[in-house]
Amino acid sequence: MTTTDPSTRPLYKGLSGVPLAIEPLNRKDFTSDQEVRWCPGCGDYAVLSAFQGLMPELGIKRENTVIVSGIGCSSRFPYYVDSYGMHSIHGRAPAIATGVATSRPDVGVWVVTGDGDALSIGGNHLIHALRRNVNFTILLFNNRIYGLTKGQYSPTSEIGKVTKSTPMGSLDSPFNPVSLALGAEASFVARTIDSDRQHLTEVLRAAADHRGSSFVEIYQNCPIFNDGAFEAVKDKDSAVESIIPLRHGEPIRFGAGGRLGVVRDAATGELAVREVAEVGEDALVVHDAHRTDPTYAFGLSRLTDAGVLQRSPIGIFRDVERPAYDDLAREQVRLAQEGGVGDDALQDLIAGSDTWQVR
Amino acid sequence: MPAVQTLDRVVIRFAGDSGDGMQLTGDRFTSDSAAFGNDISTLPNFPAEIRAPQGTLPGVSSFQIHFANYDIMTPGDRPDVLVAMNPAALKANVADLPRGAVIIADSAEFTKRNLTKVGYAADPLTDGSLADYQLHALDLTGMTVAAVKDFGLSRKDASRAKNMFALGLVSWLYHRPTEGTLSFLTQKFARKPDIRDANITAFKAGHAFGETTETFAVRYEVSPAPMPAGRYRQISGNLATAYGLITGAHKAGLPMFLGAYPITPASDVLHELSKHKRHGVTTFQAEDEIAAVGAALGASFAGHLGVTTSSGPGIALKAETIGLGVMTELPLVVVDVQRAGPSTGMPTKTEQADLLQVMFGRNGEAPIPVLAAQSPADCFDTAIEAVRIAVKYRTPVMMLSDGYLANGAEPWRLPELADIPPIDPAFATEPNATDAKGNAVFHPYRRDEETLARPWAVPGTPGLEHRIGGIEKAKDTGNVSYDPANHEEMIRTRQAKVDGVVRDIPDLVVDDPGVEDGRGAKVLVLGWGSSYGPITAAVRRVRNEGHQVAQTHLRHLNPFPANLGEVLRRYRRVIVPEMNSGQLALLLRAKYLVDVESYSRVRGLPISLSELARDLITVVDEEEGRSAAEIAAELAALRTDEVRQFVGEQHFDLDSTQRSVPIPPSNGTSSEETR
Repeated sequence: MTTTDPSTRPLYKGLSGVPLAIEPLNRKDFTSDQEVRWCPGCGDYAVLSAFQGLMPELGIKRENTVIVSGIGCSSRFPYYVDSYGMHSIHGRAPAIATGVATSRPDVGVWVVTGDGDALSIGGNHLIHALRRNVNFTILLFNNRIYGLTKGQYSPTSEIGKVTKSTPMGSLDSPFNPVSLALGAEASFVARTIDSDRQHLTEVLRAAADHRGSSFVEIYQNCPIFNDGAFEAVKDKDSAVESIIPLRHGEPIRFGAGGRLGVVRDAATGELAVREVAEVGEDALVVHDAHRTDPTYAFGLSRLTDAGVLQRSPIGIFRDVERPAYDDLAREQVRLAQEGGVGDDALQDLIAGSDTWQVR
Repeated sequence: MPAVQTLDRVVIRFAGDSGDGMQLTGDRFTSDSAAFGNDISTLPNFPAEIRAPQGTLPGVSSFQIHFANYDIMTPGDRPDVLVAMNPAALKANVADLPRGAVIIADSAEFTKRNLTKVGYAADPLTDGSLADYQLHALDLTGMTVAAVKDFGLSRKDASRAKNMFALGLVSWLYHRPTEGTLSFLTQKFARKPDIRDANITAFKAGHAFGETTETFAVRYEVSPAPMPAGRYRQISGNLATAYGLITGAHKAGLPMFLGAYPITPASDVLHELSKHKRHGVTTFQAEDEIAAVGAALGASFAGHLGVTTSSGPGIALKAETIGLGVMTELPLVVVDVQRAGPSTGMPTKTEQADLLQVMFGRNGEAPIPVLAAQSPADCFDTAIEAVRIAVKYRTPVMMLSDGYLANGAEPWRLPELADIPPIDPAFATEPNATDAKGNAVFHPYRRDEETLARPWAVPGTPGLEHRIGGIEKAKDTGNVSYDPANHEEMIRTRQAKVDGVVRDIPDLVVDDPGVEDGRGAKVLVLGWGSSYGPITAAVRRVRNEGHQVAQTHLRHLNPFPANLGEVLRRYRRVIVPEMNSGQLALLLRAKYLVDVESYSRVRGLPISLSELARDLITVVDEEEGRSAAEIAAELAALRTDEVRQFVGEQHFDLDSTQRSVPIPPSNGTSSEETR
């Protein structure tokens, strides 16, 4: 088989190609007339609010924004944003959004999904969208539970989770969404928390700026079926010991007074959390989100607890440049059309090279 | 010089190992026959395995071509000529041959080892078992190798050109033009001069061998068929489908987005469309069937023409997304190139058993228009019609093809693009409603009064921002609604919209030649899809025997043409031949309460015209009050090949010019076998 050698760099930046709004927009412009119907205290409210706050700042036209969601509590999201949107079917949002993004370079595309939607029924679409690097931003609301179906364990629930469908405890090992995205070669992978408005907005902004698939896992509390799942990273007192903050170019250090840090274990080569006092500041890993090889980012992702969450890295794990699928697809069409388009070209195509005349 | 005999029609089957190039050989013979002006109909038949073990029965690949000096409807039931490149090809196909058929076999391949491999105890070329046929055992391999020895190829490489030797010989035997194949080989192997020259030399050598050998006492001629004036090409169903989709999108002024996942026998549509980016086609080979249709629907939401192509198992996977298309009321064209099921079934064999799946295989009340193509070239028109309905009515539309149409080919009079009416996507650009405060707003489910189609407002249109999805919509506003009365109204409205497509469907026309002078038929044969060819051929044969039988064929399966019920009630008996267990018959009985009779054949093969003709004659004879003995006598005398269209009261005489092969001397068996 022969291969061609497409560019290894993105053809465009972030939202380039999406027309800018002539008049400045505000939060209200991105608020639809639909009554928001999430449960009181649901983390989804905070994400919606941060999103509606960020959109005017991006400066693109409202009508050139498309939000595609799947099924689940979070997937009601598009109804509440006054843009174009589709509340599709369970798990398929990345596939549908691939069609939107590939068709329309002038549209900013957002995918809203949850842990069940994206990682269970739609797992295949998620990994393939990330592999292709389709130009959209995926917001994965991870509450580690099925909410809309009223409380079954999800593919991110910890082993032993007692739920309606697992009265004796769940048996299957959970996915780490960030590890999964990195394994699928995602070019932008981040994690943030619903309750940290500032961090959430920062991460979403960076995700929008990234050309290609941006994957953002959002720890989102479900107060009804899985309340407190992220308490360790949300509680002001415990957060300092629980959040491993990732800031590009800075040593990875946390804990009270910066007592903890991430180092590369000399014996195993793995990343590990150590007392800074024991290893010394020079041993700390300086975070580099732009490393081409995903191994380092994957190592960071493994510092997340798989069981009940006690500790987790938060921030941008990976942000590398790679051509977006939809840009390349459009480029192929553009090149092909240099040969000329229109009725005559089509008439010639249909006739082919082997015709005969009957008189 | 051999004598020249004129024939009206011939069926040739080229058969060999999967690696012997039989499809190419058949293709070339078809092209040359079409270019000569014959009517043609072809049936490729290849194993599902890419390379089954060499020389085995499962590895046999064949290509059948029927060519004639009149318009023919089928690739023919029984070959007049079999070209068998090895013992497996002979064994797999000999049972289909009528007595007296010509067999050309490559004797070089009939080695003890190859014979044993397929269970021949003795060499059939020499043991007299083929005495009922006109056998030509020729060393095709040896002659090919000798002809191309100057090109320095290994014996193995040299012998690969034997299919071209065989083609050259058969081309000579039937007076085919050779320029087409010579220029084809020149182009195809332009970058491999030694292979090119070897193939051309082998082809010419085969032709010259016919000229010089005394093996063949007779050469045949089949004159061109009268066809409407125009420029023609040959075309297969999959190619015509691809061109129809491109043309439909072009006529609508929409870029096309194809989402597809490889599946037999639909993959060639993906392959073809992927070559035509120049015509505004984007092809997306998705991770699965679900993503393929999902991306297509997303593209439709974004204002492109979303298309997805697949076969039965893939259509099953797409069902939920097609339902989303029904709910969101977006244009979407779904092509189902049917194959034999259930489950994996027989992927390379044809069937019409997806009709009920595409009609009803979705959750909830999810009606969609369904169309079926009736011949390879008709796939072009059907695809355009599917695009037209999808865009006009904002709905998923199912186009049914099948393996028989997909791979079969026929001559096609090229359409003039200018003659094809445009399709208006009629994008919404302005608000269409007023809210309580008097502001202009957009209601995405406010419908066109006539068509009930909703407005198609695409992203990027200011002021028309809206959200759609799979949850039930409130009338007009499209907001989420769980209101019971609204749900029922929406269900009925979606049904009424699809039912309303009938306004664009012409009334069904029945071909009933005697009806004008009051001698109309009592029996109607009603078909759909690819069985058009065999049914039409069978009906001709029945009429040729002097019987009255009416025929009609459905392109539109949902909705049905408006006059279908009236047509069904006009006849005493309605026979519905289908390559399934009676799916259309079930629909007709349910909808019209007419006791139609299902004629069901589910063998993975097209319906046999000779079998259908016999069965129809039995039905007609019964209606005419004949006794069982009289019916038996008529059937015993019945010819089995395909005849010309019956015109008026004239019966075509059965003189020797209609026989496609000479009657072998003295065999005294039934007339069916001798023809």
